[in-house]
Amino acid sequence: MSGRLSLALAAGATVATLLFCTAPAAAQPVTPPAHYANVQLADPAKEASAKALMETLRCLVCQGQSIADSDADMAADMRALVRERIARGETPASVRDWLVSRYGDYVTYDPPLSGLTWPLWLAPIALLAIGAWIARSSFRRRTR
Amino acid sequence: MKRFALWAPLAIFALLFAVVASGLFRPADKVVRSAMVGKPLPDFALPAMVPGKPGLTSASFKGGQPRLLNVFASWCVPCIAEAPHLMRLKTMGIPIDAIAIRDTTPAIAGFLRRNGDPYARIGSDTASRVQLALGSSGVPETFVVDGRGIVVKQIIGDIREDNIGEIVQAVREAR
Amino acid sequence: MIAEAGLAALWLAGALAALQLAMAVIGIARGRDDVAAAVRPVAIVQGVLAALAMALLINLFLNSDMSVKLVVENSHSAKPWLYKFAGAWGNHEGSMLLWVTILGLAGGAVAIFERSLPERTLVATLGAQATIALGFYAFLLFSSNPFARLTPAAPDGLGLNPLLQDPGLAFHPPTLYTGYVGLSVAFSFAVGALVTRDVGPGFAKAMRPWVLIAWIFLTLGITAGSYWAYYELGWGGWWFWDPVENASLMPWLAATALLHSVTVLATRDGLRAWTIMLAVVAFSMSMIGTFLVRSGILTSVHAFAVDPERGAFILALLAIYIGGALALFAARIGTVRAGTTFDPVSREGGLVANNLLLSVILGIVLIGTLYPIVAASFGVQLSVGPPFFNKAAGPIALALVAVMAVGPLLRWRRDEARAVVGRVALPIAATVVAAVALLFVWPGVLPWAGLSLAAGLAVASVAPLWKRNLRRTPMFTYGMVLAHLGIAVSLAGMASDSAFTRETLVAVRAGEAARVGPYSVTLDGISPVIGENWSALEAQLTATRGDDSTRLHPQLRFFANPPTSTNESAILTALDGQLYTVLGQPDGQGRWQLRLWWKPFVTLIWFGGVLIALGGALSLVGRLRRERRSAVRAAWA
Repeated sequence: MSGRLSLALAAGATVATLLFCTAPAAAQPVTPPAHYANVQLADPAKEASAKALMETLRCLVCQGQSIADSDADMAADMRALVRERIARGETPASVRDWLVSRYGDYVTYDPPLSGLTWPLWLAPIALLAIGAWIARSSFRRRTR
Repeated sequence: MKRFALWAPLAIFALLFAVVASGLFRPADKVVRSAMVGKPLPDFALPAMVPGKPGLTSASFKGGQPRLLNVFASWCVPCIAEAPHLMRLKTMGIPIDAIAIRDTTPAIAGFLRRNGDPYARIGSDTASRVQLALGSSGVPETFVVDGRGIVVKQIIGDIREDNIGEIVQAVREAR
Repeated sequence: MIAEAGLAALWLAGALAALQLAMAVIGIARGRDDVAAAVRPVAIVQGVLAALAMALLINLFLNSDMSVKLVVENSHSAKPWLYKFAGAWGNHEGSMLLWVTILGLAGGAVAIFERSLPERTLVATLGAQATIALGFYAFLLFSSNPFARLTPAAPDGLGLNPLLQDPGLAFHPPTLYTGYVGLSVAFSFAVGALVTRDVGPGFAKAMRPWVLIAWIFLTLGITAGSYWAYYELGWGGWWFWDPVENASLMPWLAATALLHSVTVLATRDGLRAWTIMLAVVAFSMSMIGTFLVRSGILTSVHAFAVDPERGAFILALLAIYIGGALALFAARIGTVRAGTTFDPVSREGGLVANNLLLSVILGIVLIGTLYPIVAASFGVQLSVGPPFFNKAAGPIALALVAVMAVGPLLRWRRDEARAVVGRVALPIAATVVAAVALLFVWPGVLPWAGLSLAAGLAVASVAPLWKRNLRRTPMFTYGMVLAHLGIAVSLAGMASDSAFTRETLVAVRAGEAARVGPYSVTLDGISPVIGENWSALEAQLTATRGDDSTRLHPQLRFFANPPTSTNESAILTALDGQLYTVLGQPDGQGRWQLRLWWKPFVTLIWFGGVLIALGGALSLVGRLRRERRSAVRAAWA
């Protein structure tokens, strides 16, 4: 995959030199990707849950894409792995856990709740509370 | 109280500034490391890649001696660059096994003919399955595995001249 | 010579910015009206000089002057005309020059057109604008000179990234930049008003058109960028919660909040401090966005080449401007008389809720975008992506939609809860009907809520026109109606795309067909095609739906300068959605990989975006007309 551009710019702020995929390799594998890299599962329900999982997994050799929308070879291998494991009856959560045990939390776009991430997950509620407190001062007591 | 609240935005901005400045001046490590370091090798059994050389199973890393596990491919340019350094590690008496990623027998045979063959065994990983199980995110990568099958070190990218010392030391400590 | 002339123009513009600042300071601090009077013309000339520098850079690109380093690094003589032209800003230096050009022109426009602001406040505003410009001129001249020569000249250039060789490049960056930089005007207005302690309805009325202009361009820029990404990326996605996308969304959220709070300040003299704060925050987000994109501290698909030195420069500017403005805010706002307070159940109350929810979403996006940096300082690699943003911001965005439906139906000052219920009965009925109907095709929680609320909002957004004399309804009311309707349309498109998209991934031989949604797609063959600066393998597809069949030609494109290949999707737009086709790799045994999507009503996303911008434009024209009319009336009185 590297040597090819990973992705174009999207609704981004500014246009410029896009980065190339930074896998150490500079060429493409000589064998085609595994069967399930680009082939859907026959069972629509399983395919849907595999696809939903792929959208939350980070392509490790790209600059910030999920494996569901990357042309990288490694993303293709990871898609095949996800589909095969889901087809075998594994739950998406256990496939994710398997990958996290290999690559750490970096591999999932859905940061697991931990000592480090609880401020992140608490932020929406905290912001709402602070905002409501600030907004309160602009209201007049309702008098009848 | 009211007076203090007016300075809160500036304080929040200062915090924000500190965060982005720390990101700028201490750039984050963008190399994706394997979480398998310190853990036992995953179980695998890969068929032989080239005739006359056995395939690779996780069991062969439990022979009591530390070994290197090199993840490589014939289509990978940095793999050519690291080949001489692997040969040197071999002559230093460090056993090296390999996993070839998405490759073919003739291509690997040609690669070994051109760049030397430091490997005791080569397993063929046609769908990168073992690579993913190892937490490896590209080629080449090299793992130091101790005699009980525990991964003790990962080298990402091609082995350079200055990596040899740390590898030798890791192997010595793993004995 | 042209490059030297461009550099000279840039230096002169920088010097004039310094002069403009000095004159504004003297004019205000010493009360020298004669000096202050000269600030306007200086601002105009400064804008003209910056535009001249930009025009000269475009000229260098059009002529493929290979003695200029920037042209060599980013262009090629064999490139089509449009991409030579737009390629002038398809790189760091050129895009920063475009940035200061728009900054200079915006300052010039304020100097020419702004007549309603008290002269002192206007001079302070232009002084603030000059301060911003000065920093960016210094940035260009000292660390990002676009006119640097290359000796000896190169025989030809390295070429422009093929992914950027798209008409989108001619439209998306200038539009987005106009939005980003337009917010600098709001920032300067806020600083000017703080300096002269003149925060009131008059100030809000003067600032409103400038905020509207910036907001319209931001909306168009984001919409265009999203569609560009959608067809260029080849996977059918249109928003990825990527840091660079978030960098464009954050100023938009702040500007949208500002647009609404400035209305409260203009009509009811409320939310004084808050409006000033939002004006500062909106431009801060533009600058933080620029910093995130240029410094490369976050991993993004759209990233610029990483350069910590440039990052440090922008970071320093950011600290000076934003820190300075916030310190001024803290020191001064206490001495500004508090605005009026109001009833919770009122139009003002609705607008406060709007501001609250928009600000919370902004906070979530900001924290989510920066959190990986925080984690990295604890030595942890973390990814924060779509699952987080959808879960955290999705429900709040839906609450915002509900507020948006109800708000415009509330009366100013005070309203009766019972009367409100009567007015919102119809939109609520629409929401419930849609929600129940959708239970039969269960699309998932967020899309279900999204589609139901979109139905309610669509009804509610036109309700302000109900029982009104349509010819006497002010144009800005139509603007609001159209913009809110646009949100409903866009939301329906998003929800429909995520709920009902059909995907087919197949490997087929020539003559074989695959089904996706209502279409049958046949691969007729593959043939080579030669373009102006690329060659391609092109698939001939026939898409059949009922009796209609259409030919589609997705390509695998290969560029020589630089050597790259891209996927060019082929899209068939129908009234009820799009068929999206991509040609993948061959499998070596005569089969070709095809990726096919049927995306029902996906076009509504961008159609809605255009409606929103159009609503903004109507509102702008309506406001300006009314101002002119009242100015004429005042002149006669």
